[in-house]
Amino acid sequence: MKPHRRKKLGIILFIAAGLSVAAGVTLFALSQNINMFFTPTQVADGEVQSGTHFRIGGMVKDGSVVRSGDSLEVKFITTDFVSDVPIQYEGILPDLFREGQGIVAEGQVDVAGVFQASRVLAKHDENYMSPEVKAAMDAAGASAENQKSYGGESNGT
Amino acid sequence: MVPELGSFSLILALLLCVILGTLPIIGASTNNVLWMSLARPLSAGVFVFVGLALAILAYAFVTDDFSVQFVAQHSNSLLPMRYKFTAVWGGHEGSFLLWTFMLTGWMVAVSIYSNSMPLDFSSRVLGILGMLCFSYLLFMLATSNPFDRVVPLPPVDGADLNSALQDFGFIVHPPTLYMGYVGFSVVFAFAVAALLSGRLDSAWARWCRPWANISWAILTIGIALGSWWAYYELGWGGWWAWDPVENPPLITWLFGTALIHSLAVTEKRGVFKSWTIMLAILAFSGSLLGTFITRSGLLTSVHAFASDPSRGFFILGILAVAIGGSLILFAIRAPMLKSDFSFDLVSREIFLLVNNVILVVSAASVFLGTLFPMVYQAVTDDLISIGPPYFNLIFVPLMILLVIFVGIGPISRWKKTSVSFLIKQLTKVALASIAIGVALPLVILMEFSLPATIAMALSAWIILGMVKDIANKTANKPDLITGLRSLSYSYYGMQAAHFGIALMVTGVALTSYFSTEKSVLLDAGQSIDVGSYVFTLEGSSQVRGPNYVGDEVAMLVTKAGVPIATLLPQRRIYIATGTPSTEMAIDAGFLRDLFVTLGEQKESGAWSMTIYVKPFIRWIWLGAIFMAFGGSLAAADKRYRKLKKRAEDKALINAGEALQPVS
Repeated sequence: MKPHRRKKLGIILFIAAGLSVAAGVTLFALSQNINMFFTPTQVADGEVQSGTHFRIGGMVKDGSVVRSGDSLEVKFITTDFVSDVPIQYEGILPDLFREGQGIVAEGQVDVAGVFQASRVLAKHDENYMSPEVKAAMDAAGASAENQKSYGGESNGT
Repeated sequence: MVPELGSFSLILALLLCVILGTLPIIGASTNNVLWMSLARPLSAGVFVFVGLALAILAYAFVTDDFSVQFVAQHSNSLLPMRYKFTAVWGGHEGSFLLWTFMLTGWMVAVSIYSNSMPLDFSSRVLGILGMLCFSYLLFMLATSNPFDRVVPLPPVDGADLNSALQDFGFIVHPPTLYMGYVGFSVVFAFAVAALLSGRLDSAWARWCRPWANISWAILTIGIALGSWWAYYELGWGGWWAWDPVENPPLITWLFGTALIHSLAVTEKRGVFKSWTIMLAILAFSGSLLGTFITRSGLLTSVHAFASDPSRGFFILGILAVAIGGSLILFAIRAPMLKSDFSFDLVSREIFLLVNNVILVVSAASVFLGTLFPMVYQAVTDDLISIGPPYFNLIFVPLMILLVIFVGIGPISRWKKTSVSFLIKQLTKVALASIAIGVALPLVILMEFSLPATIAMALSAWIILGMVKDIANKTANKPDLITGLRSLSYSYYGMQAAHFGIALMVTGVALTSYFSTEKSVLLDAGQSIDVGSYVFTLEGSSQVRGPNYVGDEVAMLVTKAGVPIATLLPQRRIYIATGTPSTEMAIDAGFLRDLFVTLGEQKESGAWSMTIYVKPFIRWIWLGAIFMAFGGSLAAADKRYRKLKKRAEDKALINAGEALQPVS
């Protein structure tokens, strides 16, 4: 083998080794940081292992939002029109959070069966239903009319 | 009638693109000078007609023409004039028109500044850009014409611009980002033209470099503006969220950063040719990917446009043809791009190669984390999301590694650098950096913290390495001033950009580890301590703007009894949509930001709010400004301007070389 070829081979092997290490670490990190998404029905059916950190998505049930008078605590119910899951959150909710609006919450279910949210996301574009919430609605087989009426309401028109 | 003229001028531009995308390229292969010389006037024509369409759309907004669907959806008669004007890019259709307009702007720029290139080359570049422009215009006319009318009856008033967009950031961020993004199309066109002509040499790299540098600089500013805007508008106290739509610009930026370094090697040493071409294709793919993700509605994100899947398929088609086509061309032509392998295992070439590998791995890991949820869903039908911890876990170590090489690279020599030379040069720098890393956080923050120490040491490593390098380069000159004058713009550009990295590293680390935040409920007159500051709620009042009503709260901030600022956060309701929106109040400073975001008012009259103290956050964007300045400075280097004559001579020689068969 010519010396410059050997050098070239050395560099290529070095890069390949580096890339494999990087790929391994990346895949490991990826597997450690996956947040699964569940619908209220899946949560109610006990499909989620206790203690898992996950995302839940659904509509905020009408008339379910209870704000504490002396702290930042908020309780509400998220629904896919089949099952309901109570959610508790402490903090300031996003601007577009309101009843009848689709939300995604991140957190885990406590022993009492209440979802303790560490983060609540509401869409910035009010005409737009997030694919996750839409999937939750579809999975629950919510009637098209239900979706439509909720969609209309969240348009705020 | 006027909006129809808009559609009409888009169609005219499309037709011009058909000619631009074919004749000049065919002319370049058949040596037809007439056909080649069509490229410049045609580019100008496309620019004029797309610009006219954009002006007509802006006119429809300004005159409240709600019979145009896009205007009816994104404007309102109460909307302030500056937002009416900029609501042009407030939705999918209009923003795509702006995107296309940016491309035509770059085309005209190329046709003006391409005199130093041979005609066949500039014709190919413009022809390829014309093809791209053709696909964008076709996409626009087929799936998302901004001039579509509302049928049968126009609404009385428009639905208003999304309240989150009614902000200064919205005026500047999208155009800058698009301009930077689309700039990489030019570099891509240079790469494809090089593959088509089979000519890739130092002269090519020299033509290409200013365009890559300037696009990179603009993209840097565009991303930084987005980060700054998200920071003060979305009010979650962060500056980067690893959002699926933030990531493609970052991926493009990382590839682009690798590209400008690889181009430097190709220009100076004539190696890494195929790698440079590959990076140009990858950077461009990153920009198309960004378009695809934003406009296909496949991912959940704050940026997503409401959209229908046909658009996604269309963009996927453009993506497949552009990237697939260029990769096939690359596969056919790559064997011709043979580089002489004439450098040692310890040399600047190798350090730049390491830089490239780290940057490409970073880009790939961001890409993986962004697209993994989509792939996972397609395969298993389960919805997942990948959170910031993944990105931080991968990205932070890679960036630390990169910064270490930023210190070594500039000091090392081309071709061959001895290890003992590097050790001699850098031992003191390394020791001083570690000393600063330990000492500075203790002085500033009064506590020891490993992340702060690492960040400070890395910043010091870059800056001291830079000082050392400048000292070396000026050592043989009669005095310092003459020495400094003898260094080129591109050298200063590099150092300015690297200095920007040092600032950014400091800002990121200190903000991430030393920010304080408190969510509280306060009555009038109540106070709360956050860090060393005391925030007091003084009172609240009603406010009324042109298209909103709301409440404003006055917060007095004091430190050790001395008043520092009064912050006035608001909570608005936009009249047309009834959408609530919070307006953060920020007291910005060189060393810290004080930040209040307002929640709702309780029945007792108390206000909920989140208060943040964020040290050194401005340094992140300051760093980006230095990087962009460095990139522009490098693009303005004399050798790109005074090169016309030399390039012509060289082109003649190279044309001869290119014809020779390559082993």
